[in-house]
This record gives sequence, C-alpha cells and structure tokens, in this order.
Amino acid sequence: MASTDKTMALPETPAELERIPLVSNQRSIGWISDQVCAIMEGKLPMWWWAAFIPSLMLLCLLGTMLVYQVTTGVGVWGNRHPVMWGWDIINFVWWIGIGHAGTLISAILFLLRQKWRTAVNRASEAMTIFAVMCAGIYPALHVGRVWYDWWLFPIPNSNGIWPQFRSPLMWDVFAVSTYFTVSVLFWYMGLIPDLAVMRDRCTTKVRQFFYGLFSLGWTGSNRHWRNYEKAYLILAGVSTPLVLSVHSIVSLDFAVSQLPGWHTTIFPPYFVAGAVFSGFGMVLTLLVPLRSMFKLEDVITMRHIDIMCKVTLATGSIVGYAYGMEFFIAWYSGNPSEQFHFLNRAFGPYQWGWIMMMSCNTLVPQLFWFKKFRQNLKYVFIISILVNIGMWFERFVIIVIGLHRDFLPSNWAYFKPTWVDICTFLGTFGLFFTLFLLFLRFLPMIAISEVKGVTPQADPHHPLGGAKPKNNGH
Amino acid sequence: MNGNSPKPYGVIAEFITPADVMHAAEKVRDAGYKRWDVFTPFPVHGMDKAMGLGNSKVGWFAFLGGVTGYTTGMLMIWYLNAVDYPLVIGGKPMFSPFSAFPPSYELTILFSAFGSLFGMMFLNRLPRLHHPLLKNRRFARVTHDRYFLVVECADPKYSEIATHKLLEQTGSSHIEVVEE
Repeated sequence: MASTDKTMALPETPAELERIPLVSNQRSIGWISDQVCAIMEGKLPMWWWAAFIPSLMLLCLLGTMLVYQVTTGVGVWGNRHPVMWGWDIINFVWWIGIGHAGTLISAILFLLRQKWRTAVNRASEAMTIFAVMCAGIYPALHVGRVWYDWWLFPIPNSNGIWPQFRSPLMWDVFAVSTYFTVSVLFWYMGLIPDLAVMRDRCTTKVRQFFYGLFSLGWTGSNRHWRNYEKAYLILAGVSTPLVLSVHSIVSLDFAVSQLPGWHTTIFPPYFVAGAVFSGFGMVLTLLVPLRSMFKLEDVITMRHIDIMCKVTLATGSIVGYAYGMEFFIAWYSGNPSEQFHFLNRAFGPYQWGWIMMMSCNTLVPQLFWFKKFRQNLKYVFIISILVNIGMWFERFVIIVIGLHRDFLPSNWAYFKPTWVDICTFLGTFGLFFTLFLLFLRFLPMIAISEVKGVTPQADPHHPLGGAKPKNNGH
Repeated sequence: MNGNSPKPYGVIAEFITPADVMHAAEKVRDAGYKRWDVFTPFPVHGMDKAMGLGNSKVGWFAFLGGVTGYTTGMLMIWYLNAVDYPLVIGGKPMFSPFSAFPPSYELTILFSAFGSLFGMMFLNRLPRLHHPLLKNRRFARVTHDRYFLVVECADPKYSEIATHKLLEQTGSSHIEVVEE
C-alpha cells in the first residue's frame, strides 16, 4: 500500500524539543497493519515450532501431574506440617503477580495518557490472561478434593451451609475470578477493531468466517467509535481499582492471619508493587526477543524498552524499600516473635532463598539507573529473567520461611518440594507458552488501531494528518 | 422486493487523510444531513465535534451495572451469612459491611465492566452479521489506511445530484454509490 505522506513536509521543531516518535522511521499507517498482520499471514518461522513443541510437551506434563495429584491425593505435593502452603501458593502468587503488568499497562497507563502503551498493551494483556489461568490451577487443586471446589461459590452445600464471607480466602475467589473476567472483556474489546482488520485482509474462507464472526460486524463507524472509546475509558477506569485490589486481597490472605512476617499492614501496597515489578519483568522477557523476531523494532522502539526498564527500576525500588521497612518494623515493634522471624529470614536455614530474593529484586534492577544497561537488549533480557526469579523467591521467602519455624520449636521442620511440585510448576510454563504462541499466530500481538491512532498521520491537526499549514498554530 | 435492480444504500466518498475527512464531515453536518457517518481505521480526535455528536451514553450502562453489582454483593452476603444460615466464626459479627466490602467491590467492577461492554454493543447495534458497506471492495481499506464518509439514501435530505455535488466539493478522491 502506498504511503500517504510523501508530499507532506515536516514542520520545523527545535532539536531540543523533539520527542522520540512512538513509531520510528515515519512509517505510514498502512505499514502498521501490514507489518503486524504479516506475523499471522506469513509462513510459520522455525523458531515458533521449536518453541511450540516443547511447550506442548510441558502442557502434557501438567495434565499428567494434575491427574496424578487428583487421583492420588494432595499428599503428592511437598506440603507438610508445619509448611502447609508450599509451592502451590508460591506459584499461585507468582503467576498472578505476573498478570498484573497487563492490566496496569492497559488501564492505568491509559488513564495517565501514556501513549507508548499502545505498542505493548495487547501482548501484555494476553500475558495477563494466560498467567491468571496458570495461577488459577493452584487454588483449585490445592484444596485436595477438587470435586468440592464448588463450595467456594455462593451455592449451599448438602447441609444448606453457605460459604462464609468473613474469610479473605473467599474475597480472593471473587477478586481473582473478577480479575480474569474483566481482563478477558478488556482484551476482547480492544481486539474487535483489529479482528476487523484481519477480516478485511485475510484470504482463506475459514479465517474470513472466524475473524468476521468475532469482529461483530465492526465497520469503523465514528458513531461506533464514540461509544467504543467511552466504553474503553470506563473499562480502564474500573480496571484500575481492580488491579490494585486483586493483589491487595491476595496479600490479605497472609496479612489477616496472626503469623509473624505475615501480619503486617505494609503487605497490600508492597504486594501490588511487587506484582507490577514481576509483570514488567515478564513483559520484557517476552517482548525483547519478539520485537526482533517479528521485525517490530519500529513499533516497539528502544524508547519503549527504556520506559519499561524505568518502571521496573521504580517498582523494584519500592519492593526494596518494603523489605527494609519490614526489618525496621520487626525491630521497632519490640515483638520477639517478629524479630525472630526476620533474623531467621536472613540467617536461618533458608538464607540462600533470602539472598536470592534480595539480590535479584533489590540489587539487580538498580543497574537500570544507567542508560547503558537500559539500551542493551542482552542486559535487559538477562535482568528481566533475574527479576522473575527474584520474585519467585520473594514468595518462597514469605511462605516457607514464614511457616517452617512457628511458635513451638518442636514443630520446626525443613520444607522440601517433591518431584510432583517441580513437574507441575514446569507444566504451567507449558500451558502459558502454548497459549501465548497460539495467540501470536492467530491474533494481532500489537493493537493495530491504537498504534495507528498515536502516529502523527492520524492527527487531523498535524501536517502529516493532512492539516493545512495555517491551521497548525495551536 | 425487486430482485432485479438492487436498491442503493448510500453514496460513499473516500479520503486520504484524517484532516480531509474531518473537514468534509463539518460540511455535511452544516448541510443538515442526519443519516450519515464517517468511517476511520482508528478513532479520529475531534471527529465527534465535526459530526455534531454529543456525549456517549455508555456511562449509564456501566453505572447501572456497578450499582447492581454492589447491591447484589452486600445483600447476598448479608442474606447468606446473617439470615439463611448464620455461623459463628471466630466471634466475628454475622454481618459486617467491612468484611462484606471486598467481594461487593469486586462485583461492582465485574458488573460495570459487563455494563460498559454490552452497553457499547447495544448502542452500536452490534453484533451485526451483515452490512452493505462491508460488501464494497474499496471500503475494505477502511480498516487499513483510508477514511470514508457515507451519506445514506434514507436521509431525508438525500438527493442524488445535490449530495454528490456536496461530496465533490469536499475534495474526496473517489465517490461511488453503494448498493443494499
């Protein structure tokens, strides 16, 4: 498709006021749909299969492990007295934390008018949905008798007893299921105009049918866009308190208990910051390789990477502050159990876990203060993986160190995961990457219409958007 | 009805830049047309004003959804835990607005999200499986990089000559009649 801006001259802007454009090389808006849709239209690259087949095998491993757990009993996991929450809850919190970046990018950054979000929001929202699916497996399975999971819903059991809503575990059911549902709605609504793009350019009958069906007959009518934009704004508005509440409520699962190390008021904000931190870690892990494999360097530019590194740095520093504050409060409270717990964190038998957490979460992200690290994709990729590892260890530290030495020394024990724990966790990666790779192949991984909307060619008051020079004065 | 000669649906004018289609929309608005629309690959800022459209009503659907969600949550928890089968748990009150708040808050958000998505679909009369414009091959570029202005024949002011003339004056690159 021919570019529309050949004859337009750029306005003179002083060099120091020039902002790095969100789409590099002055790509035309037609180029954006061509480039993004090429991912779904071209031949599948070898690396896709090289990633998909192992993912599918891990997914089978997950299925096997879950069948084994359900048919044998929850004892195949390493959860033993006194560590009754083991890898299941660690992995639940870890996956759901990863899910937070998607909604943060799509909702909070939308309200803050951060236009760079358009290049990364679709993939992050997909990541959110798949991560929440991985997370949801654990609470459903760790009850031991999955066939009683319906007791979590407001349905009376055979004795007419209802679930009791004074427990944060019930709040969590509502928070996580609402989060999943609203994330799917938000994601789908953003997809409608892009599915219409696919409908209008695909060539096979099957694709025409399915893209046509799911784009709901979208025509791009301005009367429709008006309602659409309002609905998008409202969804962003309600998702913002939602994303903040979900991990707050997850943290209340811990904070409402009486356990030293868990019973603290800092948990909700600290969990939310940690969730955003790990979520951005995962977004970087996924997008840094994808942008070069799919030749999307002009859409996900170095400026995007730079901003995301800065968000990682900021949230990582908040998490580091919370770690320090926990120690300070333990000392300041004068509570011997609290003080013992924190000394046990740093110097007890799980000191290695604590060191992993502290180094990956508080020290490593500090490298992002330097532009050299933010602009080097190898460093960004490695640091983002270390962030993911560090955040896994944070949950390990909170849960296992919090439980393994309780008030009675005769109860103390050293927790070890079983092979089923490890294989189930590996299996969730299979579920996540299988779904994510299918998403890359069948749905536009960049929000096409939103990226078009932030280019200068889309602005009717910009010369590239066709404005006459005399109208250019603001 | 008359299978031999299809009825015309409207006249479509194609534009290459958003500024062109916006100025055209201003002219069509000022000419007093009612059944017409602008089609763009992305929402163009300022187009609502250029078309003379007011605020969207989606907000009401979301608000009603939110109110329904919060009331449902509070009433449900009160009825289940304080009326139908009260259980003493840790000496806590049978019903407290504080412990009932988190689930009700989530239901507020859930229902208002449904309200805004379904409200948007209802106001836009979507899903729609058939549309005359979607059969037009040129119009397929509306999701790619072209901008269209369409005046329907059902508009009371529509006349084949005057409407064509008006659209020609707006500097459209291509004008044609689309059939039903």
